[in-house]
This record gives sequence, C-alpha cells and structure tokens, in this order.
Amino acid sequence: MRAFTRGLLGIAGFLVLWELLGRSPLIPAHALPPPSDVFGELVTQLTSPEFLRHVVATVLALLIAIVIAIAIAVPSGLVLGSVPAVRHATRAVIEFLRPIPSVALIPLALVMLGFGPETKITLAVYAALWPILFNTIYALDELDPLLVDTARVFGTGRTGVLFRVALPSALPFVLTGIRLAATTALVVMVSVELMAGSQVGLGYFIMEARSGPGRMDQVLVGTVVAGAIGVLLNNGLERVRRRWVAW
Amino acid sequence: MGGLVTRFLQRWTVFAGLVAVWQLLGWFADDPFFPPPSKILTAAWEWWVLEPSNVTEHVVPSIVRLLGGWAIASVIGVSLGLLLGRSERAMEYAGPLLVFLRSIPPPALVPVFLLLFKAGTSMQLATIVFGVVWPVLLNSVDGARSVDVTKVDTSAVFRIPRWQWVLGVVLPAASPKIFAGLRVSLSLSLVLMVISELVGTDNGIGSQLMQAQREFDYTRMWAGIVLLGVLGYGLNTALLAVERRVLAWQPRSRDEQHA
Repeated sequence: MRAFTRGLLGIAGFLVLWELLGRSPLIPAHALPPPSDVFGELVTQLTSPEFLRHVVATVLALLIAIVIAIAIAVPSGLVLGSVPAVRHATRAVIEFLRPIPSVALIPLALVMLGFGPETKITLAVYAALWPILFNTIYALDELDPLLVDTARVFGTGRTGVLFRVALPSALPFVLTGIRLAATTALVVMVSVELMAGSQVGLGYFIMEARSGPGRMDQVLVGTVVAGAIGVLLNNGLERVRRRWVAW
Repeated sequence: MGGLVTRFLQRWTVFAGLVAVWQLLGWFADDPFFPPPSKILTAAWEWWVLEPSNVTEHVVPSIVRLLGGWAIASVIGVSLGLLLGRSERAMEYAGPLLVFLRSIPPPALVPVFLLLFKAGTSMQLATIVFGVVWPVLLNSVDGARSVDVTKVDTSAVFRIPRWQWVLGVVLPAASPKIFAGLRVSLSLSLVLMVISELVGTDNGIGSQLMQAQREFDYTRMWAGIVLLGVLGYGLNTALLAVERRVLAWQPRSRDEQHA
C-alpha cells in the first residue's frame, strides 16, 4: 500500500509541475493549459455523448484490429516456428516488410480504402502483426524438447503436439506479444485518425479541437483519454497473462 | 561453402519470386495503385539519383532528425533509467506516472508540441524523443535492477568511487537490456519521424510521401515506402552489428543463436 501512495504522490508532483508550467509566463499562452482546466474539460467531455461516440469508435476499431492481427499472426507464427524450411524461405520477405513503418502506408491506404474505418483498422492490423508473430516464433524456439519427446512417446501426433504441447507452452509469450501489439495498434489508430482517415475517433476529436477553435484543453483531454485506454489495455492484458497462464 | 549458397538461395528465392510475380501482375493488370517494381525503381532512380538535391533536402534531414531524436532519447532514457533502477524508492514514486506517460500515443501530442515549439525541427525532435524514450528508459530500469548481488557487495567492499560503480558495474550489467530497448526505439523513431513530417513541415521523406499522394503520383509514393523499408532494415542491421561488438564479452545472446 505504501508503494501505491508513493505512486500517487509521484503523479501529484507531476500535476503540480504541469500546473505551474502552464500558468507561468515562460510558455506561450494557451499552448499548455494547466491540469485544473484540462480536468474541468475532461468532466464536461465525459458526459457528452458526442465525445463518448469518438471514444467508442476508437476502442471498437482497436479491438477489431487486435482480433484480426491475432487471427493472422498466431497461425502464421505457429507455421513459421515449427517448419524451419518455410521460415528460411520467408525470412527475407518478412525482414523487408517489417521495418516499413505502418504510417508510411497511410497515403497508400487512403487512396485504396478511402476515409472509412477500413483504413485505420488495416493499418493497425499491419502494425500489430509483427510483435505477435515474432513472439509466437520465439516461443516455439524456447519449447522444451523434453516435453515434445514425452508427448511423442505417448503417441501424440504432429498436430497433437502442436496444439496440446507447443501452443500451451507458447501462450505466455504470445500474450506478451499481444500486449505489445495492442499498444502499438493504439498509437497507429490515433495517428491515422489524426492524419485524416476517419470522421470519428479520438484522433479525429484531437485534430478537430486543434484546427477549429484551437482548444488545447480539448486536445489534452483527448490525449489523456487515449493514455488511459493504453494503460487499461496494458494492465488488463498483463492481468490476464498472470491469472490464466501462470505456468 | 555449399551450405552458404543453399542458405542464400533459401533466403532470397521466395523474395525474388514474389518480386517477379508482382512485376508480371503489374504489367498485365496495369493498376495505377500497384505499379510494377521496375517502375518503382525507375522512379526512385529519377527521384534521388538524378536529382541529388532531393536527397540533401529531404532524405538527409529526415535521417538527421531520426538519429538526433533517437540519440537524445537514448541519453535521457539510459541515465534516468539507471538512476531509477538502482533506487527502489524512486521507482515507487515514478512508476505509475511512467506507465501513464508511456501509454500516451505520441502523435496525439503533436498539436501541443506544434504550439510549444512551432513547426520545424525542434517540434519534430520533441515528438520523436517523447515517443521513443520509454523503451530505453524502462529497459534500463530493468537492466540496472538485474546487477547481481555479488557484484553489488564486492563493489561496496572495495568502496569504488560512485562514477566507477555506475559506469563500470551497473552500465555493463544492464547493457544487454539497454540494447534491446535501443533497438525497439530505433524502429519507433522511424515511425515518429514520418508522422512528424506528415504534419510539421514541407521537407523530409514523410512530407514527400504525402505530396506524392496529393499529386496522385503512386509510383513515387511506392518509392518512398520502399525507401523507408530499406532505411529501417539498414538501421536495424547497423545497430545489431554495433551490439554484437559491444556485447562481445557477453555469453552468446539469443538472437544470434536464432540467426
């Protein structure tokens, strides 16, 4: 509990610093509204259905993107991790695709998919694929050969080993990959919304607040809410991992 | 030697095959969104080799910002991380705050940085630094915590000076973790460099990409995407080479075993 209080104190200290900075003449007026203003606005926004619609749009698109990424990356990871020939053959392709930043694909996705939610979901899926894929492959590398041999001795077939031995022992790694992917996907999602690519969503809310009335307090409200979504996702997935896959 | 050739073939056959298929499909389909690789290469050649001013005015500043932001974030991340990692108390104070700050999507702060720093290099650096400092910082904390007890006690017994303790004991012990963090943030730097250029300026690879899209010049757009991919691949390879050198004294790392 002491650690918890200290953590709160740390956050409080940060808020005080921000408040002082925001009110000091060192910073151009309205560039950095102090937390007291931002929290007032946060309360107003959280009760406005319009804002909640943006939040729901982003979270929903994010969840869809994560599910699609899992559906693609885990099976491919299992194949690449258990069949070395396939892995060698696709290595150059993967190594070339992976470093292409998903945001570089924004212009391409915009012209091909338009300004609807497909664009941001596709780009978030692209960004989220890699951590899950690589963690699945690494997890299969870490697989204890003793477990595999034991299962084989008891007459388990190749697919049986994959699903009953390899997958359960890989699950903690895979979940870590999903946790990393979720954070990355959130960043990409908000960026795409910011760069134009949808008519709803937190990023769109931030962009509108900035470009229209220049309401920096609203920009920061959007930022804080996006951060909160990130924390919730991260902690939630970490808790899932600890609770259900603690082997 | 024969093994090497087989491995080379194994590695590049599929890659070359895919490029060939794309080339053929590109020829036959003649889809403006998917130009064949030959056209992309020609565009890249015309764009960057025949007009070197494009390289000096767009590509080089982009890379300088990317590396500059990454370097600043690394210095901040490593020094702060080692400090926090060696003090449990400090980490208790800072932990929850760090978790929250790390979760903020950096592009969301671009509007704030735009007002605070005005459009231009400093705003872009701020975006990159804020976005990539977290992996380095958190990995340094982890690394600094992992100094084994014998080393801690031995250093205490010999009462070595403080700077020697940090640079000679904590830093080397933490370095494998630090490098892992540096690698993550290097590839993140590339992402944030592009994002900051999509809004912040009229120079840089990101802004050229956006411009190519606005002019419906999809071949150039693809050339830009390929350039970013090559850049990411090159930077990662370079850092891996440095890591292998610096950490040569370490027992073989996992990555190498897999390679």
